[in-house]
Amino acid sequence: MTTQGNRPAPEGAFEYLTTKKDEFVGWARKFSLFPYPFVTACCAMEFMSVSSTLYDTDRFGAALPRFTPRQSDLLMVVGTVTHKQAPILKKVYEQMCEPKWVVAFGVCATSGGFYQNYATLPGIDKIIPVDLYIPGCPPRPEMVIDGIMKLQDKIARERHPIINEKF
Amino acid sequence: MSAPLTQLPNPIRPAFDRSSQEGSVIVNIGPSHPATHGTIQIVAELSGERVLRTDVHCGYLHRGFEKECESHTWHNLIPYVDRLNYCSALINDFAYCEAVEKLMGIELTPRAKYLRTLLAEYSRIADHLTCTAAALMELGAMTAFLYMVTIRDYIYEHLADLTGARVTYSYGRIGGLAHDLPAGWLKRLGEILDEMETFTGRVHGLVDRNRIFIDRMRNVGVVSTADAVNWGFTGPILRSTGVPRDLRKDTPYLAYAELDFEVPVGIKGDNYDRYYVRMREIDESAHMIRQLMEMLPDGPLCVDDRRCTFPDKQLVYTEIESLINHFKLVMEGPQVPPGEVYSAHEGANGELGFYIVSVGGGVPWKVHCRSPSFVHMGGVHRMLDGYQLADIVPTFGSVNMIGGECDR
Amino acid sequence: MSEAVFEQVSEHLAGVAQEATVAHGVLALLVEPANLLAVVRALKDSFGFDMFLDVTAVDWPEREPRFDVVWHFYSTRHFVRVRVKTRVPLADPTVDTLVPLYGSARYMERECHDMYGIRFRGNDDLRPILLYEGFEGHPLRKDYPKQKEQPLVPYRPQPDAKP
Repeated sequence: MTTQGNRPAPEGAFEYLTTKKDEFVGWARKFSLFPYPFVTACCAMEFMSVSSTLYDTDRFGAALPRFTPRQSDLLMVVGTVTHKQAPILKKVYEQMCEPKWVVAFGVCATSGGFYQNYATLPGIDKIIPVDLYIPGCPPRPEMVIDGIMKLQDKIARERHPIINEKF
Repeated sequence: MSAPLTQLPNPIRPAFDRSSQEGSVIVNIGPSHPATHGTIQIVAELSGERVLRTDVHCGYLHRGFEKECESHTWHNLIPYVDRLNYCSALINDFAYCEAVEKLMGIELTPRAKYLRTLLAEYSRIADHLTCTAAALMELGAMTAFLYMVTIRDYIYEHLADLTGARVTYSYGRIGGLAHDLPAGWLKRLGEILDEMETFTGRVHGLVDRNRIFIDRMRNVGVVSTADAVNWGFTGPILRSTGVPRDLRKDTPYLAYAELDFEVPVGIKGDNYDRYYVRMREIDESAHMIRQLMEMLPDGPLCVDDRRCTFPDKQLVYTEIESLINHFKLVMEGPQVPPGEVYSAHEGANGELGFYIVSVGGGVPWKVHCRSPSFVHMGGVHRMLDGYQLADIVPTFGSVNMIGGECDR
Repeated sequence: MSEAVFEQVSEHLAGVAQEATVAHGVLALLVEPANLLAVVRALKDSFGFDMFLDVTAVDWPEREPRFDVVWHFYSTRHFVRVRVKTRVPLADPTVDTLVPLYGSARYMERECHDMYGIRFRGNDDLRPILLYEGFEGHPLRKDYPKQKEQPLVPYRPQPDAKP
């Protein structure tokens, strides 16, 4: 989702309506994230921990994973993505409907980590656009929660066109 | 408004693409699938709900571990070794360090030996908790998952007190360990073990005699001992078929020869037996840890050998010899004499072996990891063929395929 | 007790093995590629090495023949391990397959072929297992540069990339 885009010239009441609508839809969307856990490697351990009792993501509305890209809106790429896995990641990303956000969980998804060789994709932003990077090898659950809260702020501030590009 | 789907290449070539029977279909499971633990693709031919044959594809997490090892010093590659079986990372550390210590002819200090054994068993508990929790969650037993992952979280925090990291520790060093235990660590260990036994007791109560659990796990995924040995299964899978083959008893290493423990075995080699063998191994590991807590001797942690042990920081800052020693160990790496060695430990999944070739010098010529999960993937089709589609989920969960170890 | 087993094996295979040394608790045998199947069959049937652990290769680019192919076996009765090595040149890196003897050889031979290019005569399923279709070259050979990537999905234009 882009935050830029042509804002219409301020015209008073219509602009006020759009802003309020964006705030409302942003509030609804940020507290009802349906993650698709694209889980590959060691960061999965921290993903399991952050979804469990001690560091619950259910408090943020982001607990219910949907294991099909058609029903989810948050693609969490957890762990290293290799060149062999890259077509699968791209396919899953393209199967998700708008609005969708992508989180690069862990330093291997962000930049390839310390696997700089023939097999590893040096960061998933080489093939799909990423909204949030959570570094760490693996990141502590508190970092993941911090990241989710930052993503929620980003979603709250975004434009959410629901009827056409202008509204 | 939306772009057309890009044409993406298929990274694999399945073994069969034509139905062998009238009316059977070929489906693709994975590699992005919750039940295949991330990165396994199973191409299955189904007749209705029955699986006729499967073709298991791994390699989606091949991160070039061996190639990376050839360009790092013997110490610098310990973080790579950690991330092989990331559920029980300390076992990988110690297996690798022991292989290098064999080549260098180093004998561990008693304290390091017992402490490594204790931490290896602790890691094994964390791995079995993770495997069982994930397998039960995939069957729908969410409560059991939450109980076990809570305990696993306590273990992670506890190990973070010791090593600095929660999941991948890089705590083993050639010749010993990174640093010694902090104050109060053993007391907290006792508390965690007690709490773990309460929680595993609850899981037993929820699941062991549960009709649904028994129906789904008993007589599903059966493998015989002869089949298991032929297809290279080791660890809990081999033990679930009824033979007490365990490297800790058969070829004792570290301090296992002095410990009193049993090797749990199953009856039939089905999923229920594998679940139960793992739960009993958690109890046996806790029993071993309690013995080791009593037996832990005082004394130096790392062996007093300049070839591999980093000198004390005070000496590095005051003496020129220690400074040069530290510098050489960091920049060039410990000098390992030429030779080759194969050293295997009993990992949580089976025989975890390291085959190391050295040409002298601080950088290895070759480091190869014999990973149990990879070999198991070669034989898992024996446990999947002939059963139902829905049985793939518990069978796969009971095999405990760890992607980092399988694909290296 | 392992010494007794090692001595028996060394005696029995004295004619076929070029070298037989015991180092770090493992008996290492060096054999000609042509004698491989006979040696492995003897180890499995007569001496009880019923578990096939691993096959891998070592690349010595300065040496001719270039590759060492290394097998490890374990006996679940005597609890000992044995290593069998052969040497093959770059021009014809072919050895016999062990799939008829051990089922677990299937995947491990595929991996060895992927990484080093060793061909296993008789194993007709040498598809890439750790690498992917379309990958050219064998990465664990010493002349394959570590960072040479062969991406399957073309990279997006990078927003901050300098031209």
